[in-house]
Amino acid sequence: MNLNKQIDGAFTGRMDIGSWRGAYTLFKKEILRFWRVAFQTIASPVLTALLYLLIFSHVLESHVQVYKGVPYTAFLIPGLIMMSLLQNAFANSSSSLVQSKVMGSIIFILLTPLTYLQFFCAFLAAAIVRGLMVGLAIYLMAIWFVDLPIVYPLWIVVFALLGSALLGTFGIIAGIWADKFDQMAAFQNFVIMPLTFLSGVFYSIHSLPPVWQTISKFNPFFYMIDGFRYGFFGKGDISPWISLSVVAAFLYGLAWLALKMLKSGYKLRG
Amino acid sequence: MGFRFYNTKLVGHAVTIPAIHIEQVHKRFGSLEALNGINLTINQGEFFGLLGPNGAGKSTLINIMAGLLKPTQGKVSVMGHDVVHDYQAARLNLGVVPQELVFDPFFNVREMLRFQAGYFGRGKENDAWVDEVIESLGLTDKAHTNMRKLSGGMKRRALIAQALAHKPPVIVLDEPTAGVDVELRQIMWGFIKKLNAEGHTIILTTHYLEEAETLCERVAMMKQGEIVALDTTANLLNKLAGKNLRLKLNAALPTSLLPLLKNGENGIYTLALSELNQVEFVMSELRKAKLNVEDMQLFEADLEDVFMSLVGGNMDSK
Repeated sequence: MNLNKQIDGAFTGRMDIGSWRGAYTLFKKEILRFWRVAFQTIASPVLTALLYLLIFSHVLESHVQVYKGVPYTAFLIPGLIMMSLLQNAFANSSSSLVQSKVMGSIIFILLTPLTYLQFFCAFLAAAIVRGLMVGLAIYLMAIWFVDLPIVYPLWIVVFALLGSALLGTFGIIAGIWADKFDQMAAFQNFVIMPLTFLSGVFYSIHSLPPVWQTISKFNPFFYMIDGFRYGFFGKGDISPWISLSVVAAFLYGLAWLALKMLKSGYKLRG
Repeated sequence: MGFRFYNTKLVGHAVTIPAIHIEQVHKRFGSLEALNGINLTINQGEFFGLLGPNGAGKSTLINIMAGLLKPTQGKVSVMGHDVVHDYQAARLNLGVVPQELVFDPFFNVREMLRFQAGYFGRGKENDAWVDEVIESLGLTDKAHTNMRKLSGGMKRRALIAQALAHKPPVIVLDEPTAGVDVELRQIMWGFIKKLNAEGHTIILTTHYLEEAETLCERVAMMKQGEIVALDTTANLLNKLAGKNLRLKLNAALPTSLLPLLKNGENGIYTLALSELNQVEFVMSELRKAKLNVEDMQLFEADLEDVFMSLVGGNMDSK
């Protein structure tokens, strides 16, 4: 036996506790994970958004004007950018988690000294990066075809960051909750998709009947898209400050729930 | 007592702190009592075997050590760090090779190992160790191969390498040789023995009892959530295993010897003897029956005999 023998280079106690190096590694791994399949995770949503843009602008450009002096195609672009950004931020954290749970590779993370907060931050940051990359790619492609103003760039950045953070957090919750891919698909198709489509991506809620206007105001996606669009045109269905408050409140609530789930080990540790 | 206390403190941290300390651990899954009051201490530098049939609670115990499961009751510490309240320090000191062949399909072997070390706070300074692990486990040719494309045996090696990537002082191997070829076993045990010689504590669960007998200084045998034997391998063999007497006879074994029969076919019978002087009794019974002994061998019983006598005979007795 080798009692009291110092193992060269082995961990000997608390030396690395408190370090965020582990969380940074997890973040880097998550970035690399989606980047390795960038055709599917970046190029594909950009193409989908551009197809929406092509078809809707072609069909509706001469028939619809939501804001005075703003062509419909220009109105549509921020909505499409935000829709794709939100969907991809959600997809990143949720698919990574559910896939590693189904394949069992989540164990490699659960065995590490990463805290629940570090776990959360790493997955969240990667989701934000993917959301922003998709959003930026759509923007850069769209401005080739459409003259898009930017009135308040700070609002654009704030809502892009908060939106991707909110959906990244939502994705973490869904990824922890779902045990199978079909549960995740149900979550995506029956929750995320309707909330995005019914949020004013393609229209102003003022064009809806009063009942649907009221219902839309319970949809957090509406506030993210309206606030984001306000940054481009200086106009929106609602004050950006109200949107900011609602989005921040939702983000706080979901982050609290996600952290509580991670802290308790819900569906991750028995 | 006072002197002993101060003396212990002076001797130093490593001697006083066990690698693993398990105190009155219970784990219930609904009405199932998976672990029922486990007490166990594994010292630093030991090569320790945790044996038992499927469902005995070995993996549950390992999962509690690793923080994958929480004990319903009781305490577990790794190198003196409680796995619940001081989990970061406990996990820093532990490397676990899981039983299932799990892998991340997006990365190659070297990337996975570097990521794994990185989760434990280790950076580029650890790359040399990662390369050593890759080489020692015969993974050099596959270092840049995607995990998805590795064969089962290679995936098993990569899994072992992942547990070692942060160079933990305590290494748990949960059925590491299940379904792997002889070559890998030799490579793997060579490397693990080297790590043990360097001071790493090794905890092994295996179905291959000859591996445990060869490698482990001490073993615990579990059955239905309890430890039914805990001793050095040598003591267990001496106390419980006794001797085996193999006979080749020209006719059937006399009925008076049937209580000793361990197995018998084609005229070759193996009798389990608890004491050496039982040989005389066997011979007299054979003489009485006027049987010819064509061949006879007396040999030491092995860990499998101990295992069968403690846990194998009546697995469904509960």
